[in-house]
Amino acid sequence: MNEENKEKVDAIIRKWNGKRGALIMALHELQGAFGYVPWDEALYLGQSLGVPMAKIYECLTFYNYFKVKAPGKYVISICDGTACHIKGSTGVLEELEKELGVPAGTTTDDGLFYIQVVRCLGCCGLAPVMVINGTTYGKMTPDKVKSVINEWRAKEGK
Amino acid sequence: MVEMTPEQIEKLKAVGRMQKDKLLQMGKDFEENNAKYEATIFTCNATSCHSGGGQNVYEAFKAALETAGLTDKVRLVATGCMGLCAAGPMTRIEIKGRKPFLYKEMTADVAHLIVEQHVKPLLGKPEAELKLAPHLQEKELSMELPFFTKQRRVVLKHLGSSDPEDLGEYVANGGYQALIKCLFEMTPQQVLDEITKSGLRGRGGGGFPTGKKWELLAKAPLVDGEKFIICNGDEGDPGAYMDSCILGGGAHAVLEGMMIAAYATGATSGWFYVRAEYPLALERVELAIKQAKRAGILGKNIFGTDFSFMAELRYGAGAFVCGEETALMMSLEGNKGTPRPRPPYPTEKGLFQKPTIINNVETWANVPQIILNGADWFSSVGTETSKGTKVFALTGKVKHSGLVEVPMGTTVKEMVEEVGGGTSTGKPFKAVQTGGPSGGVIPAKELNLPLCYEELKKIGSMMGSGGMIVMDEDDSMVEIAKFYLGFTVDESCGKCAPCRLGGYQMLQLLTKVSKGEGTKADLEKIKEIGSAMQKGSLCGLGQTSPNPVLSTMKYFPEEYEALLKKDDEKKGC
Repeated sequence: MNEENKEKVDAIIRKWNGKRGALIMALHELQGAFGYVPWDEALYLGQSLGVPMAKIYECLTFYNYFKVKAPGKYVISICDGTACHIKGSTGVLEELEKELGVPAGTTTDDGLFYIQVVRCLGCCGLAPVMVINGTTYGKMTPDKVKSVINEWRAKEGK
Repeated sequence: MVEMTPEQIEKLKAVGRMQKDKLLQMGKDFEENNAKYEATIFTCNATSCHSGGGQNVYEAFKAALETAGLTDKVRLVATGCMGLCAAGPMTRIEIKGRKPFLYKEMTADVAHLIVEQHVKPLLGKPEAELKLAPHLQEKELSMELPFFTKQRRVVLKHLGSSDPEDLGEYVANGGYQALIKCLFEMTPQQVLDEITKSGLRGRGGGGFPTGKKWELLAKAPLVDGEKFIICNGDEGDPGAYMDSCILGGGAHAVLEGMMIAAYATGATSGWFYVRAEYPLALERVELAIKQAKRAGILGKNIFGTDFSFMAELRYGAGAFVCGEETALMMSLEGNKGTPRPRPPYPTEKGLFQKPTIINNVETWANVPQIILNGADWFSSVGTETSKGTKVFALTGKVKHSGLVEVPMGTTVKEMVEEVGGGTSTGKPFKAVQTGGPSGGVIPAKELNLPLCYEELKKIGSMMGSGGMIVMDEDDSMVEIAKFYLGFTVDESCGKCAPCRLGGYQMLQLLTKVSKGEGTKADLEKIKEIGSAMQKGSLCGLGQTSPNPVLSTMKYFPEEYEALLKKDDEKKGC
């Protein structure tokens, strides 16, 4: 862990140390700072808050929201809530996996795209919904997948 | 902690009394300022419309009003959910002396046209005729649609017509006046009696009488000087987003409800537990707490009384089981969210082993309205045992998909055919699913079923938090059952065997059946496991997770039987 990262973690520790039930919030902030929860930083956080790493790892793996590995540059969330499911999210996911050549829960070899299946983003009126780094694509269909992905590839000059 | 001297307390109270006047003045200031405007443009900026480009629409209106030089005359507001999400982003134009006008499927490029053709020519001219270009006319959404007229908006009342970030506007709409009424005109017991009398029941799904729950907390003694109130905003049901919108559009109302409960029960602080997947809701709760602290609504000796209360926000982290109250408390304490056996109930040993009550977002939002308008007003709506209104997220294959609030007892038929406008595909309606992964299906033949706690339970579903998914004849009930069971198996925390093992085995059998390899014996086994899970699981997740399967088996047995192995069928008879 380099100095810069240590400082980031220290800021989180200062904020939450001594507060009741702080662990989950501290982990949220850790993920917010790094995009995922890196091992060394989590270990350091745990030592400072007096929480054993076993408990931290238990929480990280129990809660879906936490990532223990760095995701790709662009995180693609496919909503598989009931409304999206009924309106064909499975087909969209299959097409996406085909287009990127990796299954959900993994990152493409070039480190660009990470696919995750999520449960309800709260915009069921637009079902099926796909979100890439905060940009929402509503009323998705499998045949729209390629052009959407190409928009993001174009940003990388690919 | 150092005890304050009587002089210090008196000083604090004097400040509090001033803060109360200042808060009420904020509401008056808002009204005065608002009266200056001749028109208001409301753009929906709740999650669904926002995702569909609502923010761009707002920015475009802002630019158009500036260009037209109308910023002094026309108020522009980014609101909470207006309801008809499928037609979003929505915009409503209100010009003094005229009926409101709704636009659907808004885009940024027509905003300046609306300002030029609709707003500008009609300002101050109540007699002038509205002349719109044909492509704008097509965007009109009639406010006479049953989607709007069939609703009775209590909790959602101000969501689509106010600025959720403006405390002054909340106060102008009656906000925090219920709290003030409690603090200055009612004893805690009177507040308890009013809530009990209203017949309000938990809106998170269980339907436990709210007044009764509060009574239990009121009777519990303080432990180390503390008792807690929790707002359950861990809306995990996939396909439901009521709580997200209520918090995103009206976090102050929820906070006010919690504070009224705290006054009635003697609780000392409150905790919001909100899904991390709802950034807007989190942002607004955080802002509401900040504004309330600054205005002296939260803190010590509030408004000069002896009542003190603090509130904090905590994030969920994507575990469905944390919607269960004991699991939620485990999570709030900084652990993995596994449920604890009850008893002891949270009112005896809750959060940090101290007396606690947990209510759902919508329940809290109802409370200030009951205090302001009275228990009789509240209980005049609804059925014998289910009082008031219920917010539903009406989604799936329905034409007018969105967030709706209807009186309890509204029938499924009214919901699907009138409010929802029928199926979006035009194909025959087959069933609605309520209660999410814990609920069941209501088949088309039960269309006249009134939506209330008892009736839904009777047919094997449940009210749930308010997810309502409409399905047409193309949807396979076996697939839907498998979808939900797959979800709960994924989300089982693994603590108790009936849920951990039962759910998994049931899913294996169901998958086998769905592939056409199942036998009649498999179907029997599924029922047997389901019944064991209902009886033996530790918490609500395991007890209710067989519901989607058992209920579809009950109402659509032919769909399961059609999938059975062919030779088995011959052998079977």
